[in-house]
Amino acid sequence: MSIAEGAVAPPRAAPALCAHCGLTVPPGLVDPAPVEQDAPRQFCCHGCRAVYAVIHEHGLDRYYALRNLTDAPPAPASPTGRSYGEFDDPGFQARACWSTDDGLAATELYLEGVHCAACVWLVERLPGLVPGVLEVRLDLPRSRALVRWDPRAVPLSAAARQLDALGYRAHPSRGLEARALRRQEDRRMLARIGLAGAVAANVMAIAFALYGGAFHGMEPEYASLFRWASLAITVPSVIWGGGVFFRGAWAALRIRTLHMDLPISIGLLAGFLHGAVNTLRGTGDVYFDSVTALIFLLLAGRYVQRRQQRAAADSAELLAALAPSAARVIEARGVREVPLEALLPGARVEVRAGDVVPADGVIASGRSALDLSLLSGESRPMAAGPGDRVHAGTVNLSSRLEVLVEQTGEDTRVGRLMKLVEEFGRRRAPVVELADRIAGHFVAAVLVLAAVTFALWAPVDAGRAVDHAVALLIVTCPCALGLATPLALSAAIGQAARAGFLIKGADVIEKLTRPGRMWLDKTGTLTAGRAALLAWWGDAAARPLAAAAEAHSSHPLARALVAALGPAPDLPVTITETHGGGIEGEVAGRAVILGSPEFVTARAGFVPPEFRRRARDLSDGGLTPVLVAVDGAVVAAAGFGDPLRGDAGPALARVRNRGWRVGILSGDDRVVVAAVGSRLGLDPEDCRGGVSPEAKLRAVRDGAAAGSVVMVGDGVNDAAALAAATVGIAVHGGAEAALAAADVFITRPGVARVADLLDGAGRAMKTVRRNLVLSLCYNAAGVALAMAGLINPVVAAVLMPLSSITVIASSYRARSFTRAEAPPCR
Amino acid sequence: MFVLLPLALVFAAAALGVFIWAALSGQYDDVHTPAVRMLYDDEPPGPSRQGP
Repeated sequence: MSIAEGAVAPPRAAPALCAHCGLTVPPGLVDPAPVEQDAPRQFCCHGCRAVYAVIHEHGLDRYYALRNLTDAPPAPASPTGRSYGEFDDPGFQARACWSTDDGLAATELYLEGVHCAACVWLVERLPGLVPGVLEVRLDLPRSRALVRWDPRAVPLSAAARQLDALGYRAHPSRGLEARALRRQEDRRMLARIGLAGAVAANVMAIAFALYGGAFHGMEPEYASLFRWASLAITVPSVIWGGGVFFRGAWAALRIRTLHMDLPISIGLLAGFLHGAVNTLRGTGDVYFDSVTALIFLLLAGRYVQRRQQRAAADSAELLAALAPSAARVIEARGVREVPLEALLPGARVEVRAGDVVPADGVIASGRSALDLSLLSGESRPMAAGPGDRVHAGTVNLSSRLEVLVEQTGEDTRVGRLMKLVEEFGRRRAPVVELADRIAGHFVAAVLVLAAVTFALWAPVDAGRAVDHAVALLIVTCPCALGLATPLALSAAIGQAARAGFLIKGADVIEKLTRPGRMWLDKTGTLTAGRAALLAWWGDAAARPLAAAAEAHSSHPLARALVAALGPAPDLPVTITETHGGGIEGEVAGRAVILGSPEFVTARAGFVPPEFRRRARDLSDGGLTPVLVAVDGAVVAAAGFGDPLRGDAGPALARVRNRGWRVGILSGDDRVVVAAVGSRLGLDPEDCRGGVSPEAKLRAVRDGAAAGSVVMVGDGVNDAAALAAATVGIAVHGGAEAALAAADVFITRPGVARVADLLDGAGRAMKTVRRNLVLSLCYNAAGVALAMAGLINPVVAAVLMPLSSITVIASSYRARSFTRAEAPPCR
Repeated sequence: MFVLLPLALVFAAAALGVFIWAALSGQYDDVHTPAVRMLYDDEPPGPSRQGP
């Protein structure tokens, strides 16, 4: 078989840059006679041209000056020209909008295409463009815009249309209430940290005075004043700040589990009560500075950890907002956009080329090619015509369809899969984190040691025995231990996010370090996820003719051919396209037929055996064969397929070196999967093709019973398997369902990122273990000193922050995930 | 000292109160965009001039 990969060189880059996005303009689109004589403007696509016109027309050219100041990566604009009619639907408004006191309405929109600081400027100019819109505030890191408008003066759809015209597609924000609740929680946590920090600093200042007094003598009434003052300001910190830990410990005790909060609470309470009693009595040590510093550091650690996990979850949620929210219903009076929720079985909907099918149904009229990869993982586009079933979530590739809706929402195949995903998410066993596992032994050990200390000192002096036992409880309060894992893991998660890995939970990192089985979905993970010309056999002179003929088709294979053969030469072309077959017509006076072997056989009448064999070879090799006939004779055979990513081989080798057993679990054709597997040197037994979503789930569940299973995938067909796996990893370009189900989302393409993730997780766990050892060493030293009766408030005040600082430094110094290249723009 | 210490604590409490109010009213929700926005606020919102 003569498959020459990359046999055709890509067209050479032209120097012209797009006036809107700054990307190189494809040579075929360079405008030889620009409208403006003084400043020739070129555009890379129609979208950029339209957006540029809108910006220019409104006198907002300053956007470009601002954009050039930022180093944001270029991104072509793609206005859709949608009507956004569903934004004015009363049901939609009730769900996504709220009214403010002054009779105005407000909503939060997620804007697709926001990527740099200049976007803030452009988006916030909206009130000047659409009268009736009063204010727009954009939250850049989250791409959310708060829009306030006067519903009597202007409909929300008008604002959305204007944003669309500027190149920002507006999507309704989902889960508003849950987010408001979380925001409230975040704010309260920040206030708590502020209080704990202020108290800790002030108590520390007072404690310095007390230490000075302890060494050089102090009037008893001053010493008493200082103690009472520190007691007074410690109380709010313990009640409000420390309450977080007491509640956690109490909740854990009630369900009879041990949690890190328990030893922390014991230490905090012992320190505080001992100090309070000694203040009342006027003698003995007080440990208020240690207690307050502890609360502050632990709260800060929790906050950092939560923020990191929140950021990862938020990003995945943003992508969820991208799902289509409207359907175009055909009515007697014309086409109307309605929210998906209002779509009912029996309706007739229009699905334009490039749109996502909104519901399950039957094609009523129109012929087109459908991209089913979301549902089946099958990478080859499927032809569909009247009477064929279509499923929600598939993409209509080439021409307009009318679909008779049969099932909507949760009753669609996608909807049922999503329900499975949710079930698995709920049923998943709670994870016991490493620190919590240690906490159990820790509590027991500390209580035993405190009892031993008391027993040893009781014969000497009962009062001092209590002092020493309490001192032991305080110094062993596992501040460093409590910070050790959360800080190391959240530092790692933060680094990971900057490197393009969104990790939703800290436990994921630990699980990724225990090798087991790894299943990869083929489409889009190991391969590029789109058709490309991989083989050409035959007469090279037919290439320009083929390219010219295909330049007029929007079929994915046609586009792949044009992309590979370069811009079509300017030849007079008349063609007719047969869906599911091929095209025929005249190029520069020569009859050209191009299409599947059956199509070409039918039209050309005869295919030489040589070419028939070629076509069969291509098909057996997992490629889609296309024959080219010129003037009635077959002259060339082309093979199209989903090309393997260049980094796939070395990356899989790295994963296997870590002890993982790698396999492919794909909905794609068996032959295609076997071909890819053998190229990667995988065990043929581990390369399974033609696997349905349900079978994927079964394979992952069977594996999960035996050990840890990592599933890497991107489609809705993987979602249930992702949710059931020990760790589900969704890769770049994944579907909404996959993102929701996965534990990790990788924002950059390539299977090498999976190997990077495993490496990073390994390094992060090494840091965690180092932290645990460090903090246990400090605690051992503390226990030894306390049992020997050598702990006093000064020693405790030095020992505790020192141990915390060691752990913090160790966490943030570690470079678990490094940024290999600039992250993609969002 | 008996006057100074409580006085200092009152000041500290006032500062803390301001911080807690700011945090609870959401002024720390987005600490990134305002830094960018102030750079552009040198002209009133809306098209100040029609395109050339």
